[in-house]
Amino acid sequence: MAYVIAGSCIKDDVCIEVCPADCIHPTPSEPDFETAEQLYIDPVTCIDCDACVEVCPVDAIFAPTEVPPKWEHFAGVNVDFYEGRAA
Amino acid sequence: MSAPRRRVAIVGAGPAGAYAAGQLLASRQRPEVDLFERLPTPWGLLRGGVAPDHQEIKALDKLFEEEVMRPGCRFFGNVELGTDITHDDLLRHYSAVIYAVGAQTDKSLGIKGEDLPGSLPATDFVGWYNGHPDRRALAPDLNVRRAVIIGNGNVAADVARVLTRDVAELERTDIADHALAALRESTIEEVVVLGRRGPAQAAFTNAELRELGHMDGVGLRVAPEEIELDALSQEWLDGEASFTARQNVKLLSEFAQRPAGDAARRIELRFLRSPVAILGDARVEAIEVARNELYRDDGGAIRARSTGGVETIECGLILRSVGYRAVPLPGVPFDERNYVLPNERGRVLDAASGRPAPGVYAVGWIKRGPTGILGTNKRDAAETVACLIEDLDAGAVPDPPHAGAASIDALLAERKPGHVTFDGWRAIDRHEVDRGRPDDRPRVKLSDPDELIAAAGG
Repeated sequence: MAYVIAGSCIKDDVCIEVCPADCIHPTPSEPDFETAEQLYIDPVTCIDCDACVEVCPVDAIFAPTEVPPKWEHFAGVNVDFYEGRAA
Repeated sequence: MSAPRRRVAIVGAGPAGAYAAGQLLASRQRPEVDLFERLPTPWGLLRGGVAPDHQEIKALDKLFEEEVMRPGCRFFGNVELGTDITHDDLLRHYSAVIYAVGAQTDKSLGIKGEDLPGSLPATDFVGWYNGHPDRRALAPDLNVRRAVIIGNGNVAADVARVLTRDVAELERTDIADHALAALRESTIEEVVVLGRRGPAQAAFTNAELRELGHMDGVGLRVAPEEIELDALSQEWLDGEASFTARQNVKLLSEFAQRPAGDAARRIELRFLRSPVAILGDARVEAIEVARNELYRDDGGAIRARSTGGVETIECGLILRSVGYRAVPLPGVPFDERNYVLPNERGRVLDAASGRPAPGVYAVGWIKRGPTGILGTNKRDAAETVACLIEDLDAGAVPDPPHAGAASIDALLAERKPGHVTFDGWRAIDRHEVDRGRPDDRPRVKLSDPDELIAAAGG
């Protein structure tokens, strides 16, 4: 279980700045950043530290047990993003 | 002894202007910032564009309040560039001016019947339901059975949701009261959304597309033949397509397999359709639509062209959502081809010399064109602010003749005594939030400029 970014993400990249595990992508310097509609958490490298949750200006990031029903599907979307992505 | 703080004017208090103001105030040079806004209220499309059923995104105003509404920054709302204050006035009072005015108008379709009553830009409709002062009198006729939305982006999705969503859900949002009243009486049963290109090229984000298919009491219909992929799209999906495009195609195939259902209201998605003409005598009665096919142009881009087949869809309301377009600013260079201020990393370029016009900058849609989402403006602002700071450090900005904060006060006292300050906005904000409390709404907006200005003074 890892943290989840929901569809209300606006790509304010402050979560990337505070993430100690570098697990939020794409970053502004990565080629798929512009076409990404939101940011995603890599469930393999996320360390469940909560730092991103505290800084998100639109409360779009959730601890695994706290994802509201409206956004439940996004746990899978975060996983899918990394499965299809070249490392 | 330190030099006096430099002063910067930002024109436009939308997300791009707000991000730029926040970054300037947090910078090492800490220039003073005056934020000019045509409306009595700040935050631009965050207030007037973001859909009312996306309240969670509106929480960004807390960040703007923290980063912008602080010592060193003043708000001059209800002050319009060109009428109340000019570009030359600003250059006389500030070391630098940043234009953050966005894209004020919509692209037209250029087809017959476009101006018939019942055919509107989707952005006007958005302004209307969000209580934008300029659009409060729009009064769209919702006493029709079918609406057609032209365009496949998130504005189209927003509008489709607002037209079909259960009013009881909208009653918990900050949607304008006049829109709520009209939607209660609406007889719209079906909203048809037309995309020029195919399902793989739809510009919806995956989150917005998913939402269309998961609304209580609203059926989403996607006919299986609508999402058959041609060879070109399949090749594109297997190759260069974005994660969003792949996810959208997957989601559309799921939607296409759903049984028809018997929801009271429906949204239907159709692809590879272009509007040809809007039909009707005194008002919209139908739209004529051509079938398209896809091809690659010489540059490799996937485009749509008509196959010659035409169909007619009866409808009483047509909302076009095919893009925004910026308008020129009086006295400021303008790129007529790309509809932006000509600029290099945010430094506005003089039309004649092609070199940076000293002290003039741009940020947001007026700089890069109408692309990206809210957070895109953060990095866009960072680029412009970095150039401005570099120019301040290098002494590459002019020393204005009236550099003091008081001189602009004197000018505005004469030109626009009814302008709204941050204190005025705080009063409006409190008033609106108080109005919403009895009905458990985040706020009930004021949309009449006179009422807004009265609330600002109270």
